Amino acid sequence: MKLRATTEGRLTQFALIAIALAFLGFFLLLPLVAVFSEALKQGAGAFIAAIETPDAWAAIKLTLMIAAISVPLNVVFGIAASWAITKFSFPGKSLLITLIDLPFSVSPVVSGLIFVLLFGANGLFGAWLQAHDLKIIFAVPGIVLATVFITFPFVARELIPLMMEQGKDDEEAALSLGANGWQTFWHVTLPNIRWGLLYGVLLCNARAMGEFGAVSVVSGHIRGETNTMPLHVEILYNEYDFVGAFAVASLLACLALVTLVAKSVLEWRFDLHSGASH
Amino acid sequence: MIKVQNITKRFGDYAALHGIDLEIEDGEFIALLGPSGSGKTTLLRIIAGLEFQDSGEVFFNGDDVSTKKVADRQVGFVFQQYALFRHMTVAENVAFGLTVKKRRDRPSKAAIKERAEELLRLVQLEGLGQRYPGQLSGGQRQRVALARALAIEPKLLLLDEPFGALDAKVRKDLRRWLRDLHKQMGLTSIFVTHDQEEALELADRVVVMDHGKIEQIGTPEEIYMNPATPFVSHFVGETNRIAGNDGEIHFRPHDVDVVTEGGEAVLVDNVFRKGGWWRVEGVLAEAGLVVEFDVDAGFPQPSPGDTILIRPRRSRLFNPEKD
Repeated sequence: MKLRATTEGRLTQFALIAIALAFLGFFLLLPLVAVFSEALKQGAGAFIAAIETPDAWAAIKLTLMIAAISVPLNVVFGIAASWAITKFSFPGKSLLITLIDLPFSVSPVVSGLIFVLLFGANGLFGAWLQAHDLKIIFAVPGIVLATVFITFPFVARELIPLMMEQGKDDEEAALSLGANGWQTFWHVTLPNIRWGLLYGVLLCNARAMGEFGAVSVVSGHIRGETNTMPLHVEILYNEYDFVGAFAVASLLACLALVTLVAKSVLEWRFDLHSGASH
Repeated sequence: MIKVQNITKRFGDYAALHGIDLEIEDGEFIALLGPSGSGKTTLLRIIAGLEFQDSGEVFFNGDDVSTKKVADRQVGFVFQQYALFRHMTVAENVAFGLTVKKRRDRPSKAAIKERAEELLRLVQLEGLGQRYPGQLSGGQRQRVALARALAIEPKLLLLDEPFGALDAKVRKDLRRWLRDLHKQMGLTSIFVTHDQEEALELADRVVVMDHGKIEQIGTPEEIYMNPATPFVSHFVGETNRIAGNDGEIHFRPHDVDVVTEGGEAVLVDNVFRKGGWWRVEGVLAEAGLVVEFDVDAGFPQPSPGDTILIRPRRSRLFNPEKD
């Protein structure tokens, strides 16, 4: 009886693992392989040529620039929001916590439309912007705004539970020893949250570079000017330039892989670190 | 001298402290003793400047520090959970208060290092300066926290449940050690505890608190032998409470004589050895109340079911209408 039970257990185990692997292979691994094989279908030469076109190059540069602006902004916002939420009590705190999650719960297309409604030609501030010759929608500022909005929760979501758990004893200890606010933040708070912060930055960066929906609404798809990498992939694909589309897509996939590896390394360090401190 | 005058503090609808007055002489070792929710930690944090009172004043040596922040009060604060900086070595932790000083007040690097080593010697952790807090035992961490607080040469040392997170044996050793250290340094110190034994053993004077008010201030002897209120009598030490004609009569289990006639009859429920005494738990035959008392272990052990006549040697009467 016992033997049979074990055999059944093994079978179930095997079946479950097989299902999980098949699922992973079909939905995650296969597409990834397809991206790279399509990109390299006509050889490395065609791959490099596709990336070296001025439009592709412009899209890559724009994407990097957007990430370089929005990630630091969200690091500052994220730390400020988490700090406020975890170290102080004030009216409207729970509303703030809910608001932080808003970008996650709203469809990215709607997020993009919000900015068109605010800053577009017929939008709330449209007339004023036009009078002062400022362009936000269908220009880089619009893309930055949409990206900052979409990626806002990543850093804050990572830090709030961490800072909540750590409490404010360490900060109070630093203050009681004569440290000022900045010294307390720099020498005590920041080192305490550094791994969580890095993790949040990584996720934030991956999303900033990969965001499609919201950016698509506000960008206007001007080639060489307001096309980010995901938008450029779509355009190339619609024009049946499969090698070009997959070549740029493979760069985004590489980014995803780097993010994954870095994330695993961080998680490992993070565990190690918090494990040693408790 | 530390003077606390008419301090009141509310958290929302909850009155944490009302009308607290307290004076502490230089070099005194004071315990704030009370159950959780009595306001003892809030009072300690207000004296430190980590929390601010709604009304009332705090004076250090005659200076009104009521609105000063913790950084400007020069107090050493030891947290219940130590609050050591986990990414810094023990030596860096101890030196923190010196390294964050403004450049013109800051000692040289060598002097800071020297001072940190000196403090680690004082708390008997010599040679552990390069370890991280995570690599130390609870008792060692507590001593690092103490050394770190002493580094800024505080005028006043405040300790929040300093032994709360330690196991019984370490607790006892550290307690004795802290008392000796206080004798040696003479630094005015206040500690918060819910453990009456700890308060009575360590403090020069004990401040018993309940529900945001001070119930009694006195030496451990006064607090134990002459409790001012039924709460103090009940909270500090063991007490039997029975109803008398004019109020509640309190007496300690060790203040009971066994008599052969003229006492109250107690039906014995349970007997166990408590050091050199038999601790007897029983029921007063007349009133039906549970009482505990000690019988010298030189006598034969009473058994459950026996009836013993007792008479309290000393007792206190609390009149609920007067209190």
